[in-house]
Parts: sequence; C-alpha cells; structure tokens
Amino acid sequence: MDRTVKKPLTRRLIQLYSALLYNAHLKGFTEGKIYTGNIKSVCVPGLNCYSCPGAIAACPLGSLQNAVSASADRPAFYIVGILLLFALLLGRVVCGFLCPFGLIQELLHKIPTKKLKKSKLTRKLSYTKYAILAVFVFLIPAYFAFRRLPLPGFCKYICPAGTLEGAVLLMLHPNNGDLRAMAGSLFVWKFAVLIAMLVACVFIFRAFCRFVCPLGALYGLMSRLALIGVKVDKGNCTDCGACVRVCGMDIASVGDHECVHCGDCIDICPTKAITFSAGKIVLRGSAIKERGHLNEKQ
Amino acid sequence: MRKKNLIFALLIIVSVGFIVLGIVNGGALDVLAKAVRICSECIGIG
Repeated sequence: MDRTVKKPLTRRLIQLYSALLYNAHLKGFTEGKIYTGNIKSVCVPGLNCYSCPGAIAACPLGSLQNAVSASADRPAFYIVGILLLFALLLGRVVCGFLCPFGLIQELLHKIPTKKLKKSKLTRKLSYTKYAILAVFVFLIPAYFAFRRLPLPGFCKYICPAGTLEGAVLLMLHPNNGDLRAMAGSLFVWKFAVLIAMLVACVFIFRAFCRFVCPLGALYGLMSRLALIGVKVDKGNCTDCGACVRVCGMDIASVGDHECVHCGDCIDICPTKAITFSAGKIVLRGSAIKERGHLNEKQ
Repeated sequence: MRKKNLIFALLIIVSVGFIVLGIVNGGALDVLAKAVRICSECIGIG
C-alpha cells in the first residue's frame, strides 16, 4: 500500500493562510458576533464577507456597492483607489491565491465525480460575470442611490460568500435566534443560490469564479497591467496550446482576463516558456533568458 | 514596454491618490461603519 503523503501545493497553503488571516477573529465564531475594530476600514483583496464572525477586514465588493450606493453624497474615491491598487499589483492572482471562496470551490471540485469540461459554451458563459458586475454592482446601487435607498444588488440577491460566511455561520450560533427569526423569502432565495453554486462547483471547476464573480471580472479588466502573475516568454513559446488545454479556466491564452495565475501550466510547458513573475523577478519557472526578456503574451 | 510601465506608474499614483482622497472625504469611515455592523443584505434578511 502506498503510504506516501502528498505534499500540499504552496498555492494551497497560501490560500489556506490567507483565508485564516482574513478570518483571524476566532472569538467571533464562539460568540456569534462580528469583529468591530478599526482595521475593518481596510479591505482584503479577496471575496470575504465582512459579516463573517471571523472577518477582521472589509469585503472589497460589498464596500464598492455601498460606496456606489452613497455616491450621490460622496465620490467613491477610497474603495476605487483600493481596488485599483489591488488590480495593478496582483490582478487575478487574488483569485488564484488570496480568495477564501476560491479555495472552497477548488476543494469541492476535488470530490470524485464526473466533471464538466470547458468548452466554447463555458467560454461564452464566462462573460456573464461582466454583466453581473455592470448590473448588480454598479447599475442597481447607482439607480437606488439617487432615490436615497442604499441597495447593494450583488450582496442582497446573489453573493453566496455572504450567505455561507455571514448568514450560515451567524445563524448557526445559539445566541443569534433573532437573526434566524428574521430570515424570510430573501434568505431562502440566497440559500438556494448558495446550494446551487456549491453543487455546481463539484462538477464544474470554479463555477462561481468563471461565471458569476464580479470581483474577478473587475480584476480581470486590469489583467494586462498587473505586476504579479504568470508571464509567457514569446521567444520560447511554440504555440503548442498545452497550457490552455491543462487550464481549468476559460482562457484563450495564458495571462488573459480569465487566467487566475495558479501556475498549473508552468510545469506543463514543453519549452519552459511560462514563469510566475513579479515584474522582472522570476518567482517560479525556468525561462530561458538568453533568448530575450520575458514578455506577456497578450 | 516603456509605455506600459508609464501607464502602470501613473495608475499606481492615481490609486494611492484616490485612497488618500477617500480617507480625507470620509470614504474609509463609510467602509468601517458598514463593516462593523451585521450586513443585513449580505446575510439575506434585509
């Protein structure tokens, strides 16, 4: 019997540590209360509900919707600046390494079942998240902002991370009977969305990231400029397509707006043309540097 | 490549500038005010 223990991926450990760091207020889980310290004026880069009992910082997507909701009174400089900075430095590396909900999805996908492979249809469906970003994160909150009714559309009607990390974890606590009593048809809807997403993730790799997540969409818009991520050395690339085939996301090329920079393609590349880099500093991979500088493929 | 670096540097400056402006105009306090209360929308009761 093979008793060798598989070493966890560095990426998996980073995902786990970041999830723990985002939710380091462990007392919140035992008391059924959320953290109320001043650090909560800072946003984490990944999707993590600020109503999770463990959350020590704010959710960038929730904060963005609330800033749009308040935009009639106050321009949303703060959250736009934070999101822009995250997008420029990390881009969708956030999705691959620093998102607790991404980690949950990847773990669910490890359940051994038949998997739905990516196709032209899933590639088309991956654009749904941009529509969700426009409608639920910007248009709905902006429309109601001018009626003085704050309405964070994505949080309220869709966000499964909020339902899982916020609602379920808070409502399960015996001290929060009042919250359970307030749960009505909206909660039933959100819980159904959560279950549908979790089940989908068992069969479809990162279903929420690929088709729904507006935060990933937002970071994806800046993916060409992001400092850190996988880069392709055009000089060494033979366009064999092995990287695109091995990727679980709906990428057209490595490093595009759908790429979460997990780095699974690095070891697959027959010419070692792919590296994980921060600017010119190669963090992983072995590009043959004599043949030129590293360039992004796109 | 130089053009890309220039755009990157400009956007970094813009983002830091926005964060500073946001702290000055009270945007950071708005984030804090929302984050320290249970978000009724997030948990599906509001």
